[in-house]
Amino acid sequence: MSSTFDQVATIIAETCDIPRDTITPESHAIDDLGIDSLDFLDIAFAIDKQFGIKLPLEKWTQEVNDGKATTEQYFVLKNLCARIDELVAAKSTGA
Amino acid sequence: MQLEYFQLIDRIVELDIDAKTITVEALVPKESTIFEGHFPGHPIMPGVLLIEAMAQTSGWLLLALLNFERMPFLAAVKEAKMRGFVSPGERLMIEANILHEGSGFAITEARIRVDGKLRSNATITFSHIPFPNPDMRGHMDAVAKRIGFPQQTIVP
Repeated sequence: MSSTFDQVATIIAETCDIPRDTITPESHAIDDLGIDSLDFLDIAFAIDKQFGIKLPLEKWTQEVNDGKATTEQYFVLKNLCARIDELVAAKSTGA
Repeated sequence: MQLEYFQLIDRIVELDIDAKTITVEALVPKESTIFEGHFPGHPIMPGVLLIEAMAQTSGWLLLALLNFERMPFLAAVKEAKMRGFVSPGERLMIEANILHEGSGFAITEARIRVDGKLRSNATITFSHIPFPNPDMRGHMDAVAKRIGFPQQTIVP
């Protein structure tokens, strides 16, 4: 089974028409890949569907707007993938 | 339907919160200045207004599911298809269902039928936020009353 990063990178490449080989774990979805909030909804939809979770986009956005978190924490892909893994784990343990 | 006020929905026929579906009715007016230009000699409902009608239908479903606490706004339209002409005086039955409920956004599928025949369909994305101000909430309450929104679906 492919890694979370591979799956997310494929989703981003297909959803936003970005060459797959330019997407790395260090890529910032907004700053490096130029994905805007509307395109990110498509990505969130695909991630939600593929992993059976609900990315808490509103909570993350609020935390960034309130200065409690940085965009890097959620939108650098290795960090995004870590959040996805946490959400999947929480779901499987019923947390 | 009052095209000049962008009121494209006349009546909610059925709203099923559990199934997350809605059906509404909309009567295309026999006369409108829109038909004078679209098109002379061949009046048809503009495709963008059919999309708007599907968006408004989806919006009422989302308002119900969001318990009238948040307002959905049109964010993206995908796979919109105009499968046949819609003429003045025709009665539209418009259905919508939820394809996905995300965090702060939702995706619906909507269809327009005339006499049971599919005339248009689309997949529509909405972002939703708390009502921007009490005026807008008041306006939506008034429209809800006009189109027969089942108030009992709102949990106080």
